[in-house]
Amino acid sequence: MTSTEKIYFYPLWLRIWHGLNAIGILTLIITGISMQSSVESSHIVGFSLIVTLHNIAGILVTFSYFVFFIGNLVTPNGKFYIVKPSGFWKRPIRQAYYYGWGMFHGMKAPYPLSAKRKFNPLQKYSYILVMYLAVPIIIITGIALLFPEIIIDQVYTFSGVFVTAVFHSAMGFFISIFLMIHLYIASIGKSPLENFKSIITGWHHV
Amino acid sequence: MNNRFISLILILFLGTFQHSNAQSYENAKHHQCLKCHSNQTYSFYNSVKEKEEKRLMNPYFILDTVALVAGVHKQFDCTDCHSGEYATYPHQSNLKLEPLSSCLDCHGGDASFASYQFEKIEEEFKKSVHYKVYGENFTCSKCHSQHTYIATARTSSNVLEIVGYSNKMCLLCHNDMKRYKMVSGHDNPKLIQIHDWLPNEELHFSHVRCIECHTEVIDSLMVSHNILSKDKALRKCVECHSANSRLKASLYKYQNLQKRAEKDDINTVLANESYIIGSHQSPILQLLSVIIFLISLLGIIVHSIFRIIKKK
Repeated sequence: MTSTEKIYFYPLWLRIWHGLNAIGILTLIITGISMQSSVESSHIVGFSLIVTLHNIAGILVTFSYFVFFIGNLVTPNGKFYIVKPSGFWKRPIRQAYYYGWGMFHGMKAPYPLSAKRKFNPLQKYSYILVMYLAVPIIIITGIALLFPEIIIDQVYTFSGVFVTAVFHSAMGFFISIFLMIHLYIASIGKSPLENFKSIITGWHHV
Repeated sequence: MNNRFISLILILFLGTFQHSNAQSYENAKHHQCLKCHSNQTYSFYNSVKEKEEKRLMNPYFILDTVALVAGVHKQFDCTDCHSGEYATYPHQSNLKLEPLSSCLDCHGGDASFASYQFEKIEEEFKKSVHYKVYGENFTCSKCHSQHTYIATARTSSNVLEIVGYSNKMCLLCHNDMKRYKMVSGHDNPKLIQIHDWLPNEELHFSHVRCIECHTEVIDSLMVSHNILSKDKALRKCVECHSANSRLKASLYKYQNLQKRAEKDDINTVLANESYIIGSHQSPILQLLSVIIFLISLLGIIVHSIFRIIKKK
């Protein structure tokens, strides 16, 4: 608690993207689970309204994804997503060891955040997987499901729509699990609420 | 040798000659009835005016010869069901009064057709809105053309084909102003507007049968024939969009479709003949997701407990 150094970690565009994405993804998860489980929710929200909400949130997330993608191309923020080949496995394992054991045994964070390092290795890997793999897949399959007539009828012996839907919901599931862990890990900071404040104000206390 | 060659030519010639005279649907031009009843117009010798005349055929009396050859009754000739006196033209007016066989006259009580449950169908049909409103006038052939019918639902393994064929039967009248009015006496309801509450209306129309929502599904009958009145039609999405989907008891109850879903063991994880949003059709994937979720949750809880104990 000796250091009070502040770094402007999250520029405004990034916070707007993150906010839009958060609202969109939360809506998608809630409405997605509702559709998937077919909860008889007509007395709260009707099925067709749930579908409409899911579609609107999907379009919002697609739009915000482009903000993220282009933002990372044209601003210096993109460099935080580049992985170095040296210590490809060692670095995330060290970070995982810190989370699982080290932090309870007086070990110092192996990859402390700084102006040059915004993400620890585990964070970086999971963000890359989510933002450059899961989200694009879920956007593409989502658009396909929005216009089912463009999907090929048969993939081997399965219905094309079925395969698309399985990919879509599987990615949705992994993104939900990511979100759970993302929110929990975010509570590990100087204080449990510190990181949440940072993503709103943009300033991070190091 | 020469004689044998001549006889062979003669036999072939006679064979061709005989074939052209047979009552076969294969060549409508040579069929006594179809040479008129497969065309828009027909010609005959008017003995009063003493000249050849051409007339327009009543469009409802024109038969689709391609469909006729494919239909379930293809082995029957016209006069097996219609009076042999139709062979002369002009047809005698009293022929119009001839009672025609109904489906049950042939199919009822016949053991070889037991699996089709014709009696049960009739019993169910008599509860339907079609029978209640139009009575005996609403014959089986209003939907199932005796000339061209194919039992698609029992033979095809293509769901879209089954759906298309079945819906065509309903749309024949319900999407045709003239035909609808001919039977009911009033204008037909506007199908597209009435069903516009369905999300992806067009997709629903091409992927599920009208009867899925408009009949009372009963387990003992392949196709329910109790067509309900419109106020009793199903309007609940979850009836189909759920794990225990109604479609399993209706559209997918046919063996030909069930077999198709079962035929490949390796596919059982993902194998599905269809996709219906909202139904957990892959129990294994569902179980897997619950396990992953619980492990993640447990990890978070255990980690939080340690953080609280260690005050981190």
